[in-house]
Amino acid sequence: MKFKLKRDRDQEPRRKLTKKEIATRIWNDRVAYLMVLPYFALFVCFTVIPVLISIFYSFTDFNMIQTPNFVWFENYTRLFLRDDIFLIAIRNTVILAGVTGPIGYLLCFFFAWALNEFTPKVRAVLTLMFYAPSISGNAFLVFTLLFSGDSYGFINAWLIKLGVINSPILWFQNTQYMMPLVIVVLLWTSLGTSFLNFIAGFQGVDRTYYEAAAVDGIRNRWQELWYVTLPLMKESLMFSAVMSITGAFSIGPTIDGLVGFPSTGYAVHTIMHHLNDYGGQRFEMGYASAIATLLFVLMVVCNKVIQKLIRKVGN
Amino acid sequence: MARVKKSRVNRSAGGDISLLLVVLLFAFLMVIPMYYAIIQSLKPLDELWIFPPRFWVANPTFKNFQDLFQNLNDSWVPFSRYIFNTLFVSIVGTFGHVIIASMAAYSLSKKRFMGSNFVFSIIVLSLMFTTAVTGIPTFMVMKNMHFIDTYWSIILPAFSSSLGLYLMKQHMEAMVKDAIIEAAKIDGAGEMRIFWTIVMPMVKPAWLTLIVFSFQGLWNATGATYIYSEDLKSLNYAVSQIVSAGIARAGTAAASIVFMMILPIAVFVFSQSSIVETMSSAGIKE
Repeated sequence: MKFKLKRDRDQEPRRKLTKKEIATRIWNDRVAYLMVLPYFALFVCFTVIPVLISIFYSFTDFNMIQTPNFVWFENYTRLFLRDDIFLIAIRNTVILAGVTGPIGYLLCFFFAWALNEFTPKVRAVLTLMFYAPSISGNAFLVFTLLFSGDSYGFINAWLIKLGVINSPILWFQNTQYMMPLVIVVLLWTSLGTSFLNFIAGFQGVDRTYYEAAAVDGIRNRWQELWYVTLPLMKESLMFSAVMSITGAFSIGPTIDGLVGFPSTGYAVHTIMHHLNDYGGQRFEMGYASAIATLLFVLMVVCNKVIQKLIRKVGN
Repeated sequence: MARVKKSRVNRSAGGDISLLLVVLLFAFLMVIPMYYAIIQSLKPLDELWIFPPRFWVANPTFKNFQDLFQNLNDSWVPFSRYIFNTLFVSIVGTFGHVIIASMAAYSLSKKRFMGSNFVFSIIVLSLMFTTAVTGIPTFMVMKNMHFIDTYWSIILPAFSSSLGLYLMKQHMEAMVKDAIIEAAKIDGAGEMRIFWTIVMPMVKPAWLTLIVFSFQGLWNATGATYIYSEDLKSLNYAVSQIVSAGIARAGTAAASIVFMMILPIAVFVFSQSSIVETMSSAGIKE
């Protein structure tokens, strides 16, 4: 009912177009179509088609050699019922993405807000300091030097020197330390696009709102943040959430760089790693496609749910 | 300056100071690992072997950087070749991405043609997952197009990065007024002319942002999945190999990490204000 009302108000009643009218419309907009075409053709090739292929093969037993047979949901039932490693991968993904995603998002928000309190020059320098780790590619590998497994690694050397440990710890091979260390490194690299977007979002808020709010009885910066700034920044909150969620799920390469692949005792084996294992090593493409499809659905659902929640901010 | 002072309502000196301290503490924590990489890369051999390692360097030297280039130039594939590969892919990929994505963004933001909303909505949807998920089918597509083991396997997907198109489209929508385009049309300018001479100069911050993001992505790309010839492999790949060599090359490893991070950081320093300006229109509309 609501939907109908909206349509009546916003649009002229929709009439079905004849084929000829459609053809003229397309012909009139031919330049517009041509301008989108190069981008869209590549986008279809490297994004849309792969997703469709992935969904299709997830219902088959494709192995790169024999003609694939339809096995329907067998890959999916095998994943959940007969693959213990996959359950470990789910657990690790939930922990890693569930910790680094939300905390990373909050860190981005908090530091962007805090930096907004400083003068533009100080802000520019601090922005660089926070943003640099996420753009400098391999820089996270410095953690393999800091936490190197031999006694010349910085952390090991000092722990030995201070008498805390007797022999060097293999930080990135010891299942006890791998998870927390990986989380620290991921958080270190998490102030990326979301962070910049928040910086821009805070700068975009009209200062007169704050003055008006002060007159209306807002007493400190926390109240100001909650009652004035947040509701004005909904669009930034949404975009940053998308960036943070996508980032939280694409942690595979960073983990590989730190602990190698596969990780010792599957301690930080994520769904992405499981996918690479079956797709890139064992060539069980049907099974790998089922993993990819699940991961794809998981990411999109996560995004949609979070967006629903953010829409509620300030309402 | 006076305006800034005046508008600072609801701020207490105590709050300002404690906030500054918290921010500085974390900024410090963020920088420490990078600082460590830099001092390690500047340490001469005898200082690298001091136990326990020092957090400063007494006699800084560029020996490690020299080693990185000289010794590795004697290896099977010279280090300069990896640098060339990555530079070539980064420059071509970035250039093509900016042009192709801007054209599409202009069309999507300013021409409401049939299907434009649909096209844009699947592009927004693609922001919500990483392309790493579709690595295997992308490989199949590449194989059918005979792009495997060529630069194109890295360059072409970069052309169609969805984040770049999204940022450009949102920025054009916010910055370019329909009236200007209408006026140009009345003066007899064609679509391509409007795009190049009117729209593109107006969204300069946005294409600078696209350049930075695309360049960062390509500079850091490993591309190991699609490329197996050693002499086509990327700098990032070479660096990871050097770092994993362990203690014997600790200095060179640090030097290679520093070398990798200089360029993206330098590019960001020069374009920071443009990026922030572009980001101000990036929000997802309801």
